[in-house]
Amino acid sequence: MNEFWRLPVNVSSYGGDIDGMFMLIAWVITIVFFAVEILLVWFLFRYRARPGRKAAYMHGNSRMEVLWTGATALIVLFIGVISRGLWLDIKDPLRFPEPGLQLIVSAKQFEWNTTYPGADGQLGTADDFIRRNQMHVPVNVPVRITLVSEDVIHSFYLPELRLKQDAVPGMQIPAWFEATQTGEFTVGCAELCGLQHYRMKGTLTVLSADQFNAWNAQQVAAAGAAPGTTPALAAPVMNNEAAGSPVVAAASHAH
Amino acid sequence: MFATRRIPRLIALPVAVALAACGGGDSGATGDTGAAGGDAGAAPMAVANAGTINGTVNFTGMAPANQPIDMGAEPTCAAQHPAGPTTQTVIANNGKLANVFVYLKEGLTGTHPAPSTNVEVDQHGCVYVPHVTGVMAGQGIVFKNSDGLAHNVNAQPQNNRPFNISQPTSMTSAPQRFSTPEVMIPIQCDVHGWMQAYVGVVANPYFATSGEDGNFTIGNVPPGTYTLESWHEHYGVKTAQVTVDPDGTATVTFDYDASVANAVVPLGAPFDPHTDVAAERRVAQPQPATR
Amino acid sequence: MSTAAVPHDTAAHAQAHHEHIPFIRKYIFSTDHKVIGIQFMFMSLFFLLLGGLLAMAMRWQIAFPYNETAGFQGQPLPGGDLLPETMVVQGIMLPEFYNALVTMHGTIMVFFAIMPLLVGVWANYLIPLQIGAPDMAFPRINMMSFWLAFGAGLLMLASFAVTGGAANAGWTGYTPLSINDLYSGVKTGQQLWALSLTILGFSSLMGSVNYITTLINMRAPGMTWFRLPLSTWALLITSILILLAVPVLAGGLIMMFFDQTIGTNFFKPETGGQPLLWQHLFWFFGHPEVYILILPAMGFVSDIIANGARKPIFGYHAMVWAIIAIGFIGWIVWGHHMFMSGMNPMLGGFFMVTTLIIAVPSAIKTFNWLGTVWRGNIRFHTPMLFALSFVALFVIGGLSGVPLAAAPVDIPLHDTYFVVAHIHYVLVGGSLFGIFAAITFWFPKMFGRTMNETLGKVHWALTFVFFNLTFFPMHMLGSGGMMRRLYDPTQYPHIASMQDTNIFITWCALILFAAQLIFMWNFLWSLFKGKLAGENPWEANSLEWTAPSPPPHGNWGDRVPVVHRGPYEYSAPGATADYQLQTEAPTGQPLPATH
Repeated sequence: MNEFWRLPVNVSSYGGDIDGMFMLIAWVITIVFFAVEILLVWFLFRYRARPGRKAAYMHGNSRMEVLWTGATALIVLFIGVISRGLWLDIKDPLRFPEPGLQLIVSAKQFEWNTTYPGADGQLGTADDFIRRNQMHVPVNVPVRITLVSEDVIHSFYLPELRLKQDAVPGMQIPAWFEATQTGEFTVGCAELCGLQHYRMKGTLTVLSADQFNAWNAQQVAAAGAAPGTTPALAAPVMNNEAAGSPVVAAASHAH
Repeated sequence: MFATRRIPRLIALPVAVALAACGGGDSGATGDTGAAGGDAGAAPMAVANAGTINGTVNFTGMAPANQPIDMGAEPTCAAQHPAGPTTQTVIANNGKLANVFVYLKEGLTGTHPAPSTNVEVDQHGCVYVPHVTGVMAGQGIVFKNSDGLAHNVNAQPQNNRPFNISQPTSMTSAPQRFSTPEVMIPIQCDVHGWMQAYVGVVANPYFATSGEDGNFTIGNVPPGTYTLESWHEHYGVKTAQVTVDPDGTATVTFDYDASVANAVVPLGAPFDPHTDVAAERRVAQPQPATR
Repeated sequence: MSTAAVPHDTAAHAQAHHEHIPFIRKYIFSTDHKVIGIQFMFMSLFFLLLGGLLAMAMRWQIAFPYNETAGFQGQPLPGGDLLPETMVVQGIMLPEFYNALVTMHGTIMVFFAIMPLLVGVWANYLIPLQIGAPDMAFPRINMMSFWLAFGAGLLMLASFAVTGGAANAGWTGYTPLSINDLYSGVKTGQQLWALSLTILGFSSLMGSVNYITTLINMRAPGMTWFRLPLSTWALLITSILILLAVPVLAGGLIMMFFDQTIGTNFFKPETGGQPLLWQHLFWFFGHPEVYILILPAMGFVSDIIANGARKPIFGYHAMVWAIIAIGFIGWIVWGHHMFMSGMNPMLGGFFMVTTLIIAVPSAIKTFNWLGTVWRGNIRFHTPMLFALSFVALFVIGGLSGVPLAAAPVDIPLHDTYFVVAHIHYVLVGGSLFGIFAAITFWFPKMFGRTMNETLGKVHWALTFVFFNLTFFPMHMLGSGGMMRRLYDPTQYPHIASMQDTNIFITWCALILFAAQLIFMWNFLWSLFKGKLAGENPWEANSLEWTAPSPPPHGNWGDRVPVVHRGPYEYSAPGATADYQLQTEAPTGQPLPATH
C-alpha cells in the first residue's frame, strides 16, 4: 500500500502515526468509493430504459435518509476524534517533548539557513553558527526548531519526517521532530515564495550521536578560527574524539 | 512502467540543434579570484590626439583573509573549486589590490553615446566572472549562465530600475541596460546567496578595473585634466587628479591601506545573513523560547 | 410568498409589444436576462479556453524541464517563439512565466470561467424562467453586472501585457509576496489582479441582489418554495453566499491594493502588519466560494438526473435542507486551508471537526442521486451522461477531501498535488461536468436548436476518460511528496523519481484539452445548423419548458404560468405521459400517500 501511495520512507517518530491514520482513512474512503461507484454503475445498467418499462413513482424514504445520514456522521466524527490527539501532539508547543537540540531555521528567498547553538548549547550566544541549506541533526533526539522568515511566507517541509510548517515573516513558529534513522533526507519549500521557489531545497543529514558531536565540534572550531565566518564545507567525521562538549543531551523519548 | 513517449522528429531535431548550440561546455573561466587582467572598459570612439592613462592600485598592510564559502548545498559548483571557494572581497597580492573600479568622474566635456556592443558577465562555478565590471549608461550588459543549473540575476540599483532575471539552465540573458550613471550596482543570486558582483555604470567610456597585478589602463582619452575616482567594495573610495597630454601617457596611482578596513562604501553593501556585514533587510534573530 | 402582480418596467413592456429594438439594445446593451445570460456564456467559454491553454503550457514545462544536472533534457515550449524574452528564452520557459501561468490559470478558471458559467449564465437565464417571471427584478442592474464582469476580464487580460507581466503570486495571492514586487518581480500585474477581482466582485454582488429579490418577489402563482426546482434552490443559496462572502474578498483586495500603492501596512510584517490576516480574509471568502462553485452544478444535476431517470428526485426536502446545510456550514470551515499557516493549533481542531461535518450533507445528496436512478427508467442522453459523471467524480473529489480534513494527515499532504487532485476532481469532475450537463440540456431552450447527440457523447466519453487519467495519478504524486507550483519538479530527487507520471499526465492533459474542441465545434455549429428544437425536447417538467425555444422578451407574454405541482412529477400513475409539466392542471385525483 505504501508503494501505491508512493509514501516517502518514514524516519520520523510520529510519522508512523500519521501514516497509520492516512492508511485507515484511505481504506475507509476506498471502501465507500467502491460501494458507491459499483452501486451507481449497477443501477445504471439494471434500470436502463427499455420498451414497456416504467420508473417507480416515489419521492423518497425518510428512514433511509436518517440511516445514511447517521452512518456518515458517525464515520466522520470517528475520524475527527482519533485525529485530534495526534494533531495536538505534533503542533501544540505545550505538548512538545523535551528537546535535545534547539535550532533556528530562517527561511529566505531562496535558502534555508539553520542556526546552531554551538559549543555552549545555547542559542543566541556568540558561538552560534549558521549553515546554508544543510541541516545536521542527531538521530533519536527530539529537535525543536523555531521557524522565522526574512521576507515572504515559506513552508518548511521534511517529507521523510512528515513535518510541514509555514514560516511567516513577523512570526516565530515552533515545530519539532525526532529522526529515527541516520541518512540524508530532503528539505523543501511547500509554499509559493517567488521565482526560485522550486529550487529552495536543502539536505537534512541525520547522524549518530558521536558523529553529530564530532561534526558540531568541527563547526565550532571553524567558526572560532575566523569570527563571523561561514564555516567551510566539511564532511562529518567518523569516530572522532575531537574536543568540545557534546551538545546532545541524553535522549529522553517523551512518548 | 508507462509507455515511452515518442518525440516527433519535428521537435527532436530543433531540440538537438538548440542543445548543441547553447549551454554546456567549459567557458574557460579562471576560477575563484576573478579576471586575471583588468577589463579595459567600453571601447571608446577614436579621439584626436588621444592619450592613455596607466594606473596602479597599491595596497599596504596585511589583507584580511577572504571568508570561505560553504558551497556544500551545490556540489556541482563545489567540485569546481577544489581549493575551497572563498569570497572575493579583498584580492591583494604583492602589495597590489585587484578589483578596484576606476572611472573618469570630472573634467570631461561633451556627450558619449553608448556603444552597440554588449558587456558580458558570466556565472561559472556559482561565481560571477568578472566580479567587478563597468558598463556605459545605456549600453547592453548580458548575463551568461555557464553552469547549467538555476541562477537568478538580481540587480538592486538605487538610481536605476532594478531587475531580477531567472536563468534555470544554460542560457544568456537579453541585454539589460542601466540608463543612469551609478557606481556601484550590486548583483546577487538568491539561490546561491554567496554570489556577489558589482557593476559600475558610467556616462563615459573611460573606466577600467584593476587586475591581480593592480594595473589598469584607460585608453583613447581626450587631452585634458580630470578627476579619477576609484572604488573598492571593502576599502571604499579615493580620488586622484590626472592630466593627459595630447598623444601622451599619464600615470596615476591609488594607495589603499589595510588599516582603513570597513570604510564606508557608498553603494552596494552586500547582504549576507551569515556575516555581520548585514544590510537593513535582516530580521533580528529571535530568542529561543523556553518551555 | 407573495404572488402579487409582477411590476413591469413600462418601457420594457412597451418594447415587447410595439417597438422594434435596435441591434445594439437587443443584443449588446440588453436588459433581457436571457441575453445577459448568453453574453456571460460566450465570455466565460472564451476564458475557459484561455485558462485551459495556460494549463497546457504549465503541463509542458512540468513534464519537460531543463535540468541538465539531473539528466532531464527538456523540450522547447511549442509556440514559445511567439512569446517575448521575458517569458520564454530560446524555447525555455522562465520561472517568471511559469509562476504567472500557475496564478492566472487558477484566477481565470475560478473567477472568469467556472463562477460565471454557473452563476452569471444560469442564474440569469434560468431563474425567471423557472419561477415563471418575465425578467429579473432589476434589469438594468443586471446589464451592469455583465459589463462590469466584462471590464474586469479586460483588466485581467491586460495584465499579461504590462511590464513585469501578469500576477504571479498564486491565485490565492498570499501576502507579502503579492504586495511587494521586490519579492515577486511583478508590480503592475499584481495591482491589476487586485483591481480586476474587486470589480468582478461588484458584478457578482449586483447579480446576487437581483437573483434573491427576483426569487422572493416574482414567483408565478402557485410556485411555492417547495415547488421550486433544485436548480433554483441551489442558485438561491449560492446567491446568498455570494452576497455575504464577496464583500469580504473585496475588502481584502482593497486593503491589498492600498498596501501595494499608497503605503498602508495591513499585511506588511516589517511595519506591524499581519500576513496571516490576508489568509483569513481570503479564505473566509474562499471557502464559501468553493460552495458557490459547486452548489449550482448540484442543482442542475438533480434536475437532469430526475429527467433522465424519469423519476422524482429522491428526497426532495432532504436535498433542499442539504443545500442549505452546505451553504451554512461552509462559513465555518475556512481554517482548513490554513492548518499549516502558523495559526493557533487549537483552531486546527475546531476547523477539522467542522470540515468533516460538511461531508454529511454532501453524502446525503449523493445517496439521494443514487436513490433517484434506483428503479428508474434511465435515458442516457448527453446531459444525463454528464450529470451521472458529476456524481461519480464528485464522490471521488469529496472522498479525497477527507484525508485533507484530518489535520495530522494534512501535514504531509498540504500544498502537494494531493490537493491539486482534490480541487480538480470537484471543480472539473464536479463543476465543469455540471456545466457541460447544463449547457447540453438547456441549449435547445436558449437557441431553439439542439446540439448534436453523437458529438456530445464522443466529447463526453473522451472527456471522462482523459480527465480521470490526467488527475487521478496526481493523488499519488501528492502522497509521494510532490509540492505545488513547482517550475521544475525534478530538482527534488524524491519527485524526479516520479517524473514518468508527470509526463503521462501531461500527454493525457493535452488530449483532454484537444477533446474540448469537439464541444466547441458542436456548440458553434449547432448555433447555426442544429436541428430545430421544440418547446420541450427532453420531456421535462419545470416552467422553462413551457416557453417557446427560445423564449421571447418577457418569456410568456401575457400568458403568466400558473403552477399546480412540483417539478419532479415523472412517471406519476394515471398521467398520460411519464412526465407532467408544473403547469399541468390538476386532475382531481389525490396525490399518492408516499410523498
